Amino acid sequence: MSLLLKNVTKTFQDSGQDAVRNVDLEIRDGEFVCVVGKSGCGKSTLLNLIAGLEKPTSGEILLDGAPIKGPGADRVVMFQEHALFPWLNVIQNVKFGMELAGVPRQEQEEKAMKYLELMQLADYRNYAIHQLSGGMRQRVALARALTLDSKILLMDEPFSALDKQTSNRLRAELQDIWMQTRRTIFFITHSVEEAVYLADRVIVLSNGKDSVQDIVPIALERPRHVYDEAFVEYRRRILSEVQKEL
Amino acid sequence: MTRKTKKENTKFIKLLQQLLFLLGIVALWQLLYFVGVDLLEFWKPYAMPSPAGVWKSLVRLIESGTLFTAIGNSLLRGMIGFLISVAFGTVLGFLMEHFPFLHQNMRPFVMGVQTLPSVCWVPFSILWFGLSEQAIIFVVIMGSAFSIAIATDNAIHNVPPIYKKAALTMGASQKQIYRKVILHACLPELISGLKQGWSFAWRALMSGEVMTTCIGLGQTLITGRNLADINQVMLVMIIIVLVGILIDQIFFRSLERRIYRKRGLA
Ligand SMILES: Nc1ncnc2c1ncn2[C@@H]1O[C@H](COP(=O)(O)OP(=O)(O)OP(=O)(O)O)[C@@H](O)[C@H]1O
Ligand SMILES: [Mg+2]
Repeated sequence: MSLLLKNVTKTFQDSGQDAVRNVDLEIRDGEFVCVVGKSGCGKSTLLNLIAGLEKPTSGEILLDGAPIKGPGADRVVMFQEHALFPWLNVIQNVKFGMELAGVPRQEQEEKAMKYLELMQLADYRNYAIHQLSGGMRQRVALARALTLDSKILLMDEPFSALDKQTSNRLRAELQDIWMQTRRTIFFITHSVEEAVYLADRVIVLSNGKDSVQDIVPIALERPRHVYDEAFVEYRRRILSEVQKEL
Repeated sequence: MTRKTKKENTKFIKLLQQLLFLLGIVALWQLLYFVGVDLLEFWKPYAMPSPAGVWKSLVRLIESGTLFTAIGNSLLRGMIGFLISVAFGTVLGFLMEHFPFLHQNMRPFVMGVQTLPSVCWVPFSILWFGLSEQAIIFVVIMGSAFSIAIATDNAIHNVPPIYKKAALTMGASQKQIYRKVILHACLPELISGLKQGWSFAWRALMSGEVMTTCIGLGQTLITGRNLADINQVMLVMIIIVLVGILIDQIFFRSLERRIYRKRGLA
Protein backbone atom coordinates (compact mmCIF):
# COMPACT_ATOMS: atom_id res chain seq x y z
CA MET A 1 0.00 0.00 0.00
CA SER A 2 1.11 3.51 -0.68
CA LEU A 3 -0.80 6.72 -0.38
CA LEU A 4 0.42 9.78 -2.19
CA LEU A 5 -0.94 13.31 -1.92
CA LYS A 6 0.29 15.59 -4.67
CA ASN A 7 -0.13 19.31 -4.13
CA VAL A 8 -3.63 18.86 -2.73
CA THR A 9 -5.75 21.95 -2.09
CA LYS A 10 -9.35 22.07 -0.94
CA THR A 11 -11.41 25.23 -1.19
CA PHE A 12 -14.96 25.16 0.11
CA GLN A 13 -17.17 27.00 -2.34
CA ASP A 14 -19.76 28.22 0.10
CA SER A 15 -17.30 29.75 2.56
CA GLY A 16 -14.50 30.46 0.08
CA GLN A 17 -12.16 28.93 2.69
CA ASP A 18 -8.94 27.23 1.68
CA ALA A 19 -9.28 24.52 4.28
CA VAL A 20 -6.26 22.55 2.99
CA ARG A 21 -3.43 24.11 1.04
CA ASN A 22 -0.71 22.54 -1.14
CA VAL A 23 -0.28 19.30 0.73
CA ASP A 24 2.47 16.98 -0.54
CA LEU A 25 2.64 13.86 1.52
CA GLU A 26 3.47 10.20 1.23
CA ILE A 27 2.16 7.66 3.67
CA ARG A 28 4.05 4.39 3.61
CA ASP A 29 2.82 0.88 4.19
CA GLY A 30 2.47 -0.02 7.86
CA GLU A 31 3.16 3.50 9.03
CA PHE A 32 1.43 5.21 11.93
CA VAL A 33 0.98 8.87 11.03
CA CYS A 34 -0.47 11.38 13.47
CA VAL A 35 -1.76 14.82 12.52
CA VAL A 36 -1.86 17.68 14.98
CA GLY A 37 -2.71 21.34 14.62
CA LYS A 38 -4.94 24.08 15.92
CA SER A 39 -8.69 23.79 15.67
CA GLY A 40 -9.88 24.72 12.19
CA CYS A 41 -6.51 24.22 10.48
CA GLY A 42 -7.92 21.57 8.16
CA LYS A 43 -7.18 18.24 9.83
CA SER A 44 -10.62 16.74 9.33
CA THR A 45 -10.79 18.11 5.81
CA LEU A 46 -7.54 16.37 4.95
CA LEU A 47 -8.89 13.12 6.34
CA ASN A 48 -12.16 13.52 4.43
CA LEU A 49 -10.17 14.05 1.24
CA ILE A 50 -8.28 10.80 1.75
CA ALA A 51 -11.53 9.04 2.70
CA GLY A 52 -13.10 10.28 -0.53
CA LEU A 53 -15.89 12.06 1.33
CA GLU A 54 -14.60 15.33 -0.16
CA LYS A 55 -12.97 15.97 -3.52
CA PRO A 56 -9.79 18.04 -3.83
CA THR A 57 -10.17 21.36 -5.62
CA SER A 58 -6.76 20.82 -7.16
CA GLY A 59 -3.99 18.26 -6.92
CA GLU A 60 -4.51 14.54 -6.69
CA ILE A 61 -4.55 11.71 -4.20
CA LEU A 62 -3.25 8.35 -5.36
CA LEU A 63 -3.82 5.08 -3.55
CA ASP A 64 -1.48 2.44 -4.95
CA GLY A 65 -1.09 4.64 -7.99
CA ALA A 66 -4.81 5.03 -8.72
CA PRO A 67 -6.66 8.30 -8.05
CA ILE A 68 -9.30 8.19 -5.31
CA LYS A 69 -12.79 8.46 -6.78
CA GLY A 70 -14.96 8.28 -3.69
CA PRO A 71 -15.33 6.61 -0.32
CA GLY A 72 -14.59 2.89 -0.07
CA ALA A 73 -13.89 0.02 2.28
CA ASP A 74 -10.15 0.21 1.59
CA ARG A 75 -10.10 3.46 3.61
CA VAL A 76 -12.32 2.91 6.63
CA VAL A 77 -12.94 5.93 8.84
CA MET A 78 -13.39 5.99 12.58
CA PHE A 79 -15.05 9.19 13.75
CA GLN A 80 -14.94 11.20 16.94
CA GLU A 81 -18.53 10.17 17.66
CA HIS A 82 -18.74 6.41 17.46
CA ALA A 83 -21.14 6.33 14.48
CA LEU A 84 -22.41 2.92 15.53
CA PHE A 85 -25.95 2.05 14.45
CA PRO A 86 -28.42 2.09 17.37
CA TRP A 87 -30.77 -0.37 15.64
CA LEU A 88 -28.08 -3.08 15.68
CA ASN A 89 -26.50 -4.74 18.69
CA VAL A 90 -22.75 -4.91 19.29
CA ILE A 91 -21.86 -7.89 17.13
CA GLN A 92 -24.25 -6.88 14.35
CA ASN A 93 -22.51 -3.53 14.27
CA VAL A 94 -19.12 -5.19 14.05
CA LYS A 95 -20.33 -7.38 11.18
CA PHE A 96 -21.88 -4.49 9.27
CA GLY A 97 -18.98 -3.76 6.94
CA MET A 98 -18.38 -7.42 6.19
CA GLU A 99 -22.07 -7.86 5.44
CA LEU A 100 -21.88 -5.03 2.90
CA ALA A 101 -18.99 -6.81 1.22
CA GLY A 102 -20.86 -10.12 1.14
CA VAL A 103 -18.43 -11.99 3.38
CA PRO A 104 -19.81 -15.51 4.14
CA ARG A 105 -21.73 -15.68 7.42
CA GLN A 106 -19.42 -18.13 9.10
CA GLU A 107 -16.41 -15.95 8.38
CA GLN A 108 -18.29 -12.84 9.54
CA GLU A 109 -19.00 -14.52 12.86
CA GLU A 110 -15.43 -15.70 13.40
CA LYS A 111 -13.84 -12.41 12.46
CA ALA A 112 -16.28 -10.36 14.50
CA MET A 113 -15.59 -12.50 17.55
CA LYS A 114 -11.86 -12.32 16.97
CA TYR A 115 -11.87 -8.53 17.08
CA LEU A 116 -14.39 -8.32 19.90
CA GLU A 117 -12.09 -10.55 21.93
CA LEU A 118 -9.13 -8.40 21.01
CA MET A 119 -11.10 -5.43 22.36
CA GLN A 120 -12.17 -7.44 25.43
CA LEU A 121 -15.80 -7.07 24.47
CA ALA A 122 -16.75 -10.67 23.71
CA ASP A 123 -19.08 -10.78 26.72
CA TYR A 124 -20.95 -7.76 25.41
CA ARG A 125 -21.66 -9.16 21.96
CA ASN A 126 -25.44 -9.01 22.37
CA TYR A 127 -25.63 -5.67 24.15
CA ALA A 128 -27.45 -2.71 22.67
CA ILE A 129 -25.20 0.23 21.84
CA HIS A 130 -26.87 2.50 24.38
CA GLN A 131 -26.01 0.02 27.11
CA LEU A 132 -22.26 0.57 26.61
CA SER A 133 -20.00 3.22 28.08
CA GLY A 134 -18.35 5.78 25.82
CA GLY A 135 -15.04 3.93 25.86
CA MET A 136 -16.70 0.63 25.02
CA ARG A 137 -18.52 2.24 22.12
CA GLN A 138 -15.26 3.47 20.63
CA ARG A 139 -13.76 0.00 21.05
CA VAL A 140 -16.72 -1.49 19.18
CA ALA A 141 -16.22 1.11 16.46
CA LEU A 142 -12.54 0.17 16.29
CA ALA A 143 -13.40 -3.54 16.09
CA ARG A 144 -15.83 -2.76 13.28
CA ALA A 145 -13.15 -0.81 11.40
CA LEU A 146 -10.52 -3.51 11.88
CA THR A 147 -12.69 -6.30 10.44
CA LEU A 148 -12.48 -4.74 7.00
CA ASP A 149 -8.71 -5.15 6.56
CA SER A 150 -8.62 -1.78 4.86
CA LYS A 151 -5.42 -0.55 3.28
CA ILE A 152 -5.39 2.41 5.60
CA LEU A 153 -7.35 3.20 8.74
CA LEU A 154 -8.42 6.83 9.07
CA MET A 155 -9.15 8.03 12.57
CA ASP A 156 -10.51 11.50 13.35
CA GLU A 157 -9.94 12.28 17.04
CA PRO A 158 -11.44 8.92 18.02
CA PHE A 159 -10.63 9.23 21.72
CA SER A 160 -11.08 12.95 22.30
CA ALA A 161 -14.67 12.68 23.53
CA LEU A 162 -13.57 10.33 26.32
CA ASP A 163 -12.20 11.10 29.75
CA LYS A 164 -8.41 11.19 30.12
CA GLN A 165 -8.13 7.82 31.84
CA THR A 166 -10.21 6.02 29.25
CA SER A 167 -8.51 7.68 26.32
CA ASN A 168 -5.08 6.79 27.75
CA ARG A 169 -6.14 3.18 28.07
CA LEU A 170 -7.52 3.11 24.55
CA ARG A 171 -4.43 4.63 23.00
CA ALA A 172 -2.31 1.97 24.75
CA GLU A 173 -4.61 -0.68 23.32
CA LEU A 174 -4.37 0.88 19.90
CA GLN A 175 -0.59 0.83 20.16
CA ASP A 176 -0.71 -2.88 21.06
CA ILE A 177 -2.94 -3.61 18.10
CA TRP A 178 -0.72 -1.64 15.79
CA MET A 179 2.38 -3.48 17.02
CA GLN A 180 0.63 -6.80 16.43
CA THR A 181 -0.90 -6.00 13.04
CA ARG A 182 1.20 -3.18 11.56
CA ARG A 183 -1.83 -1.58 9.94
CA THR A 184 -1.33 1.72 8.18
CA ILE A 185 -3.00 4.36 10.32
CA PHE A 186 -3.73 8.03 9.71
CA PHE A 187 -4.68 9.45 13.07
CA ILE A 188 -5.89 12.96 13.88
CA THR A 189 -5.61 14.28 17.40
CA HIS A 190 -5.50 17.60 19.19
CA SER A 191 -3.32 16.05 21.88
CA VAL A 192 0.39 16.36 21.16
CA GLU A 193 1.06 13.79 23.86
CA GLU A 194 -1.18 11.28 22.11
CA ALA A 195 0.57 11.98 18.81
CA VAL A 196 4.06 11.45 20.24
CA TYR A 197 2.88 8.34 22.02
CA LEU A 198 1.47 6.71 18.89
CA ALA A 199 3.16 8.05 15.78
CA ASP A 200 6.07 7.12 13.56
CA ARG A 201 5.73 10.61 12.14
CA VAL A 202 3.81 13.59 13.44
CA ILE A 203 2.49 16.00 10.84
CA VAL A 204 1.93 19.51 12.11
CA LEU A 205 -0.75 21.38 10.17
CA SER A 206 -1.15 25.15 10.36
CA ASN A 207 -3.11 27.99 8.86
CA GLY A 208 -0.07 29.15 6.88
CA LYS A 209 0.41 29.37 3.13
CA ASP A 210 1.09 25.64 3.02
CA SER A 211 -0.95 23.47 5.33
CA VAL A 212 1.92 21.21 6.32
CA GLN A 213 4.10 23.23 8.63
CA ASP A 214 6.41 20.47 9.78
CA ILE A 215 6.84 16.72 9.79
CA VAL A 216 8.54 15.25 12.85
CA PRO A 217 9.71 11.61 12.83
CA ILE A 218 9.49 10.10 16.32
CA ALA A 219 12.52 7.92 16.92
CA LEU A 220 11.40 6.29 20.15
CA GLU A 221 11.19 2.61 20.99
CA ARG A 222 7.75 1.17 21.65
CA PRO A 223 6.08 0.79 24.03
CA ARG A 224 6.61 4.42 24.90
CA HIS A 225 6.42 6.15 28.25
CA VAL A 226 5.18 9.68 28.59
CA TYR A 227 7.67 10.60 31.35
CA ASP A 228 10.81 9.63 29.43
CA GLU A 229 13.07 12.57 28.84
CA ALA A 230 13.15 12.08 25.09
CA PHE A 231 9.35 11.81 25.02
CA VAL A 232 8.98 15.06 26.92
CA GLU A 233 11.44 16.73 24.58
CA TYR A 234 9.46 15.67 21.49
CA ARG A 235 6.33 16.86 23.13
CA ARG A 236 7.78 20.27 23.93
CA ARG A 237 9.13 20.69 20.43
CA ILE A 238 5.92 19.77 18.66
CA LEU A 239 3.80 21.81 21.03
CA SER A 240 5.86 24.91 20.26
CA GLU A 241 5.41 24.18 16.54
CA VAL A 242 1.66 23.95 16.96
CA GLN A 243 1.49 27.15 18.96
CA LYS A 244 3.78 29.13 16.71
CA GLU A 245 2.03 32.23 15.36
CA LEU A 246 2.53 32.64 11.65
CA MET B 1 -39.81 -3.31 48.21
CA THR B 2 -37.88 -3.80 45.00
CA ARG B 3 -37.62 -1.10 42.41
CA LYS B 4 -39.69 -2.99 39.91
CA THR B 5 -42.73 -3.56 42.06
CA LYS B 6 -42.51 0.02 43.23
CA LYS B 7 -42.62 1.18 39.64
CA GLU B 8 -45.54 -1.10 38.92
CA ASN B 9 -47.31 0.23 41.97
CA THR B 10 -47.05 3.86 40.89
CA LYS B 11 -48.28 2.78 37.47
CA PHE B 12 -51.26 1.11 39.07
CA ILE B 13 -52.01 4.14 41.17
CA LYS B 14 -51.84 6.36 38.10
CA LEU B 15 -54.31 4.12 36.30
CA LEU B 16 -56.61 4.15 39.30
CA GLN B 17 -56.48 7.94 39.38
CA GLN B 18 -57.39 8.16 35.73
CA LEU B 19 -60.28 5.78 36.24
CA LEU B 20 -61.57 7.73 39.21
CA PHE B 21 -61.26 10.96 37.26
CA LEU B 22 -63.33 9.53 34.41
CA LEU B 23 -65.90 8.26 36.88
CA GLY B 24 -66.05 11.72 38.40
CA ILE B 25 -66.76 13.26 35.00
CA VAL B 26 -69.56 10.77 34.38
CA ALA B 27 -71.01 11.46 37.81
CA LEU B 28 -70.86 15.22 37.20
CA TRP B 29 -72.49 14.75 33.83
CA GLN B 30 -75.33 12.74 35.39
CA LEU B 31 -75.73 15.40 38.08
CA LEU B 32 -75.83 18.14 35.46
CA TYR B 33 -78.52 16.21 33.63
CA PHE B 34 -80.49 15.67 36.81
CA VAL B 35 -80.38 19.33 37.80
CA GLY B 36 -80.72 20.85 34.34
CA VAL B 37 -83.36 18.55 32.90
CA ASP B 38 -85.28 16.95 35.78
CA LEU B 39 -85.11 19.63 38.44
CA LEU B 40 -85.01 23.00 36.68
CA GLU B 41 -86.34 21.83 33.32
CA PHE B 42 -83.78 24.09 31.73
CA TRP B 43 -83.14 21.65 28.82
CA LYS B 44 -85.65 19.44 27.09
CA PRO B 45 -84.80 15.74 27.59
CA TYR B 46 -84.25 15.25 23.84
CA ALA B 47 -81.67 18.05 23.78
CA MET B 48 -79.41 16.68 26.49
CA PRO B 49 -77.79 13.25 26.59
CA SER B 50 -77.30 11.50 29.90
CA PRO B 51 -74.96 8.70 30.99
CA ALA B 52 -77.94 6.46 31.69
CA GLY B 53 -79.43 7.22 28.29
CA VAL B 54 -76.14 6.57 26.54
CA TRP B 55 -75.86 3.28 28.39
CA LYS B 56 -79.34 2.28 27.19
CA SER B 57 -78.40 3.18 23.62
CA LEU B 58 -75.29 1.06 23.98
CA VAL B 59 -77.24 -1.97 25.14
CA ARG B 60 -79.81 -1.50 22.38
CA LEU B 61 -77.23 -1.14 19.62
CA ILE B 62 -75.27 -4.14 20.87
CA GLU B 63 -78.39 -6.30 21.07
CA SER B 64 -79.49 -5.40 17.56
CA GLY B 65 -75.94 -6.11 16.34
CA THR B 66 -75.77 -2.66 14.73
CA LEU B 67 -72.86 -1.42 16.77
CA PHE B 68 -70.33 -4.12 15.99
CA THR B 69 -71.28 -4.22 12.32
CA ALA B 70 -70.76 -0.47 12.21
CA ILE B 71 -67.41 -0.62 14.00
CA GLY B 72 -66.25 -3.52 11.82
CA ASN B 73 -67.24 -1.78 8.61
CA SER B 74 -65.65 1.51 9.59
CA LEU B 75 -62.43 -0.13 10.72
CA LEU B 76 -62.13 -2.18 7.56
CA ARG B 77 -62.76 0.87 5.40
CA GLY B 78 -60.36 2.97 7.44
CA MET B 79 -57.67 0.30 7.25
CA ILE B 80 -57.99 -0.08 3.48
CA GLY B 81 -57.79 3.67 3.00
CA PHE B 82 -54.92 3.98 5.45
CA LEU B 83 -52.89 1.18 3.85
CA ILE B 84 -53.29 2.73 0.41
CA SER B 85 -52.24 6.06 1.96
CA VAL B 86 -49.16 4.45 3.49
CA ALA B 87 -48.14 2.88 0.20
CA PHE B 88 -48.75 6.05 -1.77
CA GLY B 89 -47.48 8.46 0.90
CA THR B 90 -44.20 6.71 1.67
CA VAL B 91 -43.34 6.37 -2.02
CA LEU B 92 -44.18 10.02 -2.65
CA GLY B 93 -42.20 11.06 0.44
CA PHE B 94 -39.22 9.00 -0.64
CA LEU B 95 -39.29 10.55 -4.11
CA MET B 96 -39.60 14.07 -2.69
CA GLU B 97 -36.56 13.44 -0.52
CA HIS B 98 -34.54 11.79 -3.25
CA PHE B 99 -35.04 14.26 -6.07
CA PRO B 100 -34.14 17.86 -5.20
CA PHE B 101 -36.44 19.03 -7.97
CA LEU B 102 -39.43 17.42 -6.29
CA HIS B 103 -38.31 18.58 -2.85
CA GLN B 104 -38.17 22.11 -4.16
CA ASN B 105 -41.42 22.14 -6.13
CA MET B 106 -43.63 19.26 -5.08
CA ARG B 107 -43.28 19.62 -1.31
CA PRO B 108 -44.91 23.07 -0.98
CA PHE B 109 -47.76 21.82 -3.15
CA VAL B 110 -48.22 18.70 -1.03
CA MET B 111 -48.11 20.80 2.14
CA GLY B 112 -50.73 23.10 0.68
CA VAL B 113 -53.07 20.24 -0.13
CA GLN B 114 -52.49 18.84 3.35
CA THR B 115 -53.96 21.97 4.96
CA LEU B 116 -57.30 21.32 3.26
CA PRO B 117 -59.69 19.80 5.83
CA SER B 118 -60.60 16.34 4.60
CA VAL B 119 -64.33 17.07 4.65
CA CYS B 120 -63.71 19.42 1.73
CA TRP B 121 -62.87 16.40 -0.40
CA VAL B 122 -66.31 14.89 0.13
CA PRO B 123 -68.24 16.76 -2.60
CA PHE B 124 -65.48 16.11 -5.10
CA SER B 125 -65.35 12.48 -4.13
CA ILE B 126 -69.09 11.99 -4.42
CA LEU B 127 -69.10 13.55 -7.88
CA TRP B 128 -66.42 11.09 -8.90
CA PHE B 129 -67.55 7.91 -7.21
CA GLY B 130 -71.19 8.47 -6.18
CA LEU B 131 -72.41 7.62 -2.68
CA SER B 132 -70.18 4.57 -2.52
CA GLU B 133 -67.45 2.81 -0.56
CA GLN B 134 -64.88 4.14 -3.01
CA ALA B 135 -65.99 7.70 -2.31
CA ILE B 136 -65.24 7.31 1.41
CA ILE B 137 -61.94 5.55 0.84
CA PHE B 138 -60.92 8.30 -1.54
CA VAL B 139 -61.60 10.89 1.18
CA VAL B 140 -59.55 8.85 3.64
CA ILE B 141 -56.64 8.68 1.22
CA MET B 142 -56.79 12.41 0.48
CA GLY B 143 -56.97 13.10 4.20
CA SER B 144 -53.90 11.11 5.22
CA ALA B 145 -51.59 10.30 2.30
CA PHE B 146 -50.05 13.76 2.04
CA SER B 147 -49.28 13.99 5.73
CA ILE B 148 -47.58 10.60 5.47
CA ALA B 149 -45.61 11.80 2.44
CA ILE B 150 -44.34 14.84 4.31
CA ALA B 151 -43.51 12.79 7.39
CA THR B 152 -41.57 10.30 5.25
CA ASP B 153 -39.68 13.09 3.55
CA ASN B 154 -38.77 14.59 6.94
CA ALA B 155 -37.87 11.24 8.49
CA ILE B 156 -35.41 10.41 5.73
CA HIS B 157 -34.09 13.95 5.62
CA ASN B 158 -33.36 13.94 9.36
CA VAL B 159 -31.19 10.82 9.34
CA PRO B 160 -27.87 11.93 10.88
CA PRO B 161 -25.34 12.29 8.03
CA ILE B 162 -22.69 10.50 10.10
CA TYR B 163 -24.53 7.18 9.61
CA LYS B 164 -24.37 7.58 5.86
CA LYS B 165 -20.73 8.64 5.99
CA ALA B 166 -19.77 5.70 8.18
CA ALA B 167 -21.51 3.26 5.84
CA LEU B 168 -19.98 4.88 2.75
CA THR B 169 -16.47 4.53 4.13
CA MET B 170 -17.22 0.88 4.87
CA GLY B 171 -17.96 0.41 1.19
CA ALA B 172 -21.74 0.75 1.04
CA SER B 173 -23.36 1.26 -2.36
CA GLN B 174 -26.15 3.79 -2.79
CA LYS B 175 -28.69 0.98 -2.65
CA GLN B 176 -27.14 -0.43 0.53
CA ILE B 177 -27.23 3.02 2.10
CA TYR B 178 -30.98 3.10 1.60
CA ARG B 179 -31.69 -0.50 2.56
CA LYS B 180 -29.29 -0.97 5.44
CA VAL B 181 -28.97 2.52 6.89
CA ILE B 182 -31.67 5.02 6.00
CA LEU B 183 -34.57 2.58 6.22
CA HIS B 184 -33.61 1.69 9.79
CA ALA B 185 -32.39 5.08 10.92
CA CYS B 186 -35.60 6.84 9.90
CA LEU B 187 -37.90 4.23 11.45
CA PRO B 188 -38.77 5.96 14.77
CA GLU B 189 -39.73 9.18 13.04
CA LEU B 190 -41.50 7.31 10.27
CA ILE B 191 -43.66 5.40 12.77
CA SER B 192 -44.62 8.67 14.44
CA GLY B 193 -45.56 9.97 11.01
CA LEU B 194 -47.71 6.92 10.31
CA LYS B 195 -49.38 7.32 13.67
CA GLN B 196 -50.31 10.86 12.82
CA GLY B 197 -51.40 9.67 9.39
CA TRP B 198 -53.75 7.21 11.04
CA SER B 199 -55.36 9.92 13.14
CA PHE B 200 -55.93 11.96 9.97
CA ALA B 201 -57.30 8.89 8.22
CA TRP B 202 -59.74 8.21 11.05
CA ARG B 203 -61.05 11.77 11.01
CA ALA B 204 -61.35 11.78 7.24
CA LEU B 205 -63.19 8.48 7.41
CA MET B 206 -65.84 9.99 9.67
CA SER B 207 -66.30 13.01 7.37
CA GLY B 208 -66.78 10.61 4.50
CA GLU B 209 -69.14 8.28 6.33
CA VAL B 210 -71.35 11.07 7.64
CA MET B 211 -71.91 12.31 4.09
CA THR B 212 -72.71 8.98 2.48
CA THR B 213 -75.02 6.06 3.21
CA CYS B 214 -72.65 3.14 3.70
CA ILE B 215 -73.02 1.22 6.95
CA GLY B 216 -70.53 2.42 9.52
CA LEU B 217 -70.06 4.56 12.61
CA GLY B 218 -70.63 7.79 10.72
CA GLN B 219 -73.87 6.44 9.35
CA THR B 220 -75.00 5.31 12.82
CA LEU B 221 -74.32 8.83 14.01
CA ILE B 222 -76.53 10.28 11.29
CA THR B 223 -79.27 7.72 12.04
CA GLY B 224 -79.19 9.00 15.62
CA ARG B 225 -79.74 12.51 14.38
CA ASN B 226 -82.57 11.44 12.07
CA LEU B 227 -84.30 9.73 14.99
CA ALA B 228 -83.62 12.81 17.15
CA ASP B 229 -81.95 10.38 19.58
CA ILE B 230 -79.27 12.48 21.21
CA ASN B 231 -78.16 9.60 23.38
CA GLN B 232 -77.29 7.51 20.34
CA VAL B 233 -75.47 10.47 18.82
CA MET B 234 -73.46 10.89 22.00
CA LEU B 235 -72.78 7.17 22.22
CA VAL B 236 -71.43 6.95 18.70
CA MET B 237 -69.22 9.99 19.28
CA ILE B 238 -67.75 8.29 22.32
CA ILE B 239 -67.24 5.06 20.36
CA ILE B 240 -65.45 6.97 17.59
CA VAL B 241 -63.05 8.45 20.13
CA LEU B 242 -62.49 5.09 21.81
CA VAL B 243 -61.80 3.17 18.60
CA GLY B 244 -59.40 5.87 17.43
CA ILE B 245 -57.53 5.81 20.73
CA LEU B 246 -57.51 2.03 20.84
CA ILE B 247 -55.80 1.68 17.46
CA ASP B 248 -53.41 4.46 18.39
CA GLN B 249 -52.50 2.79 21.67
CA ILE B 250 -52.47 -0.90 20.92
CA PHE B 251 -50.85 -0.62 17.56
CA PHE B 252 -48.81 2.51 17.05
CA ARG B 253 -47.91 3.42 20.62
CA SER B 254 -46.67 -0.08 21.43
CA LEU B 255 -44.72 -0.28 18.17
CA GLU B 256 -43.17 3.09 18.89
CA ARG B 257 -42.34 2.14 22.45
CA ARG B 258 -40.64 -1.07 21.34
CA ILE B 259 -38.43 0.69 18.84
CA TYR B 260 -37.55 3.51 21.20
CA ARG B 261 -36.70 1.14 24.02
CA LYS B 262 -34.54 -1.04 21.80
CA ARG B 263 -32.51 1.99 20.78
CA GLY B 264 -32.33 3.47 24.25
CA LEU B 265 -34.30 6.55 23.23
CA ALA B 266 -37.08 6.14 25.75
N1 LIG C 1 -18.27 21.44 4.66
C1 LIG C 1 -17.64 22.62 4.84
N2 LIG C 1 -18.05 23.72 4.19
C2 LIG C 1 -17.41 24.90 4.35
N3 LIG C 1 -16.33 25.09 5.13
C3 LIG C 1 -15.85 24.03 5.80
C4 LIG C 1 -16.48 22.74 5.70
N4 LIG C 1 -15.80 21.87 6.48
C5 LIG C 1 -14.80 22.59 7.04
N5 LIG C 1 -14.80 23.88 6.63
C6 LIG C 1 -13.85 24.94 7.02
O1 LIG C 1 -12.57 24.45 6.76
C7 LIG C 1 -11.69 24.77 7.81
C8 LIG C 1 -11.03 23.51 8.35
O2 LIG C 1 -12.00 22.69 8.98
P1 LIG C 1 -11.64 21.30 9.60
O3 LIG C 1 -12.91 20.68 10.08
O4 LIG C 1 -10.85 20.50 8.63
O5 LIG C 1 -10.73 21.70 10.84
P2 LIG C 1 -10.06 20.78 11.95
O6 LIG C 1 -8.60 21.02 11.88
O7 LIG C 1 -10.52 19.38 11.82
O8 LIG C 1 -10.62 21.41 13.28
P3 LIG C 1 -10.95 20.70 14.67
O9 LIG C 1 -9.66 20.44 15.36
O10 LIG C 1 -11.77 21.71 15.40
O11 LIG C 1 -11.70 19.45 14.37
C9 LIG C 1 -12.50 25.50 8.86
O12 LIG C 1 -12.24 26.87 8.74
C10 LIG C 1 -13.93 25.21 8.50
O13 LIG C 1 -14.74 26.30 8.76
MG1 LIG D 1 -11.75 18.04 13.02
